[in-house]
Amino acid sequence: MSDTKLILEPNINCADDFYADLLAAHEGRDKADSEAFNARLILLLANHIGDTAVLQQALAAAALPSAKGTKDV
Amino acid sequence: MSKIFEIPMYPYARHADQDSAAPVRHRVVVVGAGPIGLAAGIELAQEGVEVVILDENDKVSFGSRAICFAKRPLEILDRLGCGQPMIDKGVLWNKGKVFFDDRQVYDFDLLPEAGHQRPAFINLQQYYLEAYLVDRVRELQDQGAPIEIRGRNKVSAIGTHPDHVTLEIDTPEGAYNLEADWLIACDGAGSPTRRMLGLDFVGRIFEDNFLIADVVMEADFPTERWFWFDPPFNRGQSALLHKQPDGVWRIDLQLGWDIDKEREKRPENVIPRLKAMLGDEVEFELEWVSIYTFQCRRMEDFRHGRVLFAGDAAHQVSPFGARGANSGLQDTDNLCWKLKLVIDGKAPESLLDSYNLERVQGAEENILNSSRSTDFITPKSEMSRLLRDAVLDLSEHYAFARPLVNSGRLSQPCTYDGSPLNSADALTDGPERTRPGSACPDAPLGDDFLLPKLGNQFILLTIDADAPDEITEAGLTVKRLALSVKDDKTGALQDRYLGKAPSGVYLIRPDQHVAARRPSYDDNQFRAALRRAVGKE
Repeated sequence: MSDTKLILEPNINCADDFYADLLAAHEGRDKADSEAFNARLILLLANHIGDTAVLQQALAAAALPSAKGTKDV
Repeated sequence: MSKIFEIPMYPYARHADQDSAAPVRHRVVVVGAGPIGLAAGIELAQEGVEVVILDENDKVSFGSRAICFAKRPLEILDRLGCGQPMIDKGVLWNKGKVFFDDRQVYDFDLLPEAGHQRPAFINLQQYYLEAYLVDRVRELQDQGAPIEIRGRNKVSAIGTHPDHVTLEIDTPEGAYNLEADWLIACDGAGSPTRRMLGLDFVGRIFEDNFLIADVVMEADFPTERWFWFDPPFNRGQSALLHKQPDGVWRIDLQLGWDIDKEREKRPENVIPRLKAMLGDEVEFELEWVSIYTFQCRRMEDFRHGRVLFAGDAAHQVSPFGARGANSGLQDTDNLCWKLKLVIDGKAPESLLDSYNLERVQGAEENILNSSRSTDFITPKSEMSRLLRDAVLDLSEHYAFARPLVNSGRLSQPCTYDGSPLNSADALTDGPERTRPGSACPDAPLGDDFLLPKLGNQFILLTIDADAPDEITEAGLTVKRLALSVKDDKTGALQDRYLGKAPSGVYLIRPDQHVAARRPSYDDNQFRAALRRAVGKE
């Protein structure tokens, strides 16, 4: 098991360029097609990461921190 | 021409037990003469344990049913004297193709590891296995072994007692009673024994229906496993084509849950489906059609006092990954040596609880794997279908996605990690795959192989290490098998049993699982390991 931590600090060189590319990739696709594209993208990126410890952290991070602090009193 | 499964192989014959005033007591009664019940009977009889196998029928199983036999069960069948006929008759395969929608997405070659006597898998109809097992029973009988099969003997009631079991049995000539010190229930997924004892059969329920057809055809399809996801001829479902001996092809078509089984089974509904799959020009004949309904579940406990459950009676899985008969054979392989020791007074009855523990572990692994396959093949939500289809689409173009495609992970033996019969691993540099609890992997020894030399008794395997030629402890005598890495020029023995260690000593159980291993022989440690392996430590 690796102890690599999921990077949660800014790590993309040109964030605006990447974001524009991501939007462009979805342009002209209908919802179903876009969803399929996203699914393929997730799988490609997950394979590139490979490290299951990092992938587990990403799965947890994607669920967003719990809203407990604001809701529960 | 009669098919093998149409001929009574153990026709009903009146037995003296039916005329006895008091019920006759037998050492072991096995309920069910399917592959698992026959294997249990043979193993016990080979060890001199008196056994009676009861079956409500008198023929081998109708239709192909279990068709894929993995290496480990073949190795077990070798010890039962039935491995070679399986290999001689079975179809060897390593290659497969995966289709999605209307196209092939990739093909594969399993490239099995070299240096094993037995292949990774063979395909063979279950009725052949049963016929070979019955032949073996006859051979044992000719040698005077204490085994019988009673056909058309249907158990209608069971009574359990602390030290025996009572049975009421229906026959064509009326009912009679028997007693047994031990009962092994191998009476299948619908186990009447389980029902009569009012025992649970719970777990995650996956329900699906498969149309299973054995088709005889002269077709030039290669000897490969073909699997379709969502094909045009079976929309939204899966399909499998696999070759068996005698020009018989096995076709599985997933039908979904909410169907009219009787309607789907009719030839006028089956044949158009098969034509759509095979092409209009292919001539074929339907040999057998069945609708198979599966659920993934197991009994909470495989042992209930003097009643032991094995095979489908104890656990049921989806057909993906060939884990039914394959795991059942591993059940009885685990059980019978323990039962023999208990019967001989050489081990406490509690040793049988380790059967429950170890084989529940095996069943859990099988249920996990087959549930995952089922989830891939039959996505349960819109998102799981989206991800599944994404994996399949990617697999056509990129190798990385292919390991994610799951049409069945083929059966591997369970490693009994954490079993109370294991001693702590003391061969620190040793390979993972032979840690205590593992099934011994085979290795070549010149023209011969390792596993046949390990046999079916406890054995001390030494590799470039000294040890006594035999040790006697707790009423058991354990012989030594002395080997050197030089006995295997391919290096497999070293890779699989030593790794970086210069020497190793293994205590191996009668079911060829590792009980203990150390770099060298230590008398106290190995005696303790042996006691532990028979439930005395």
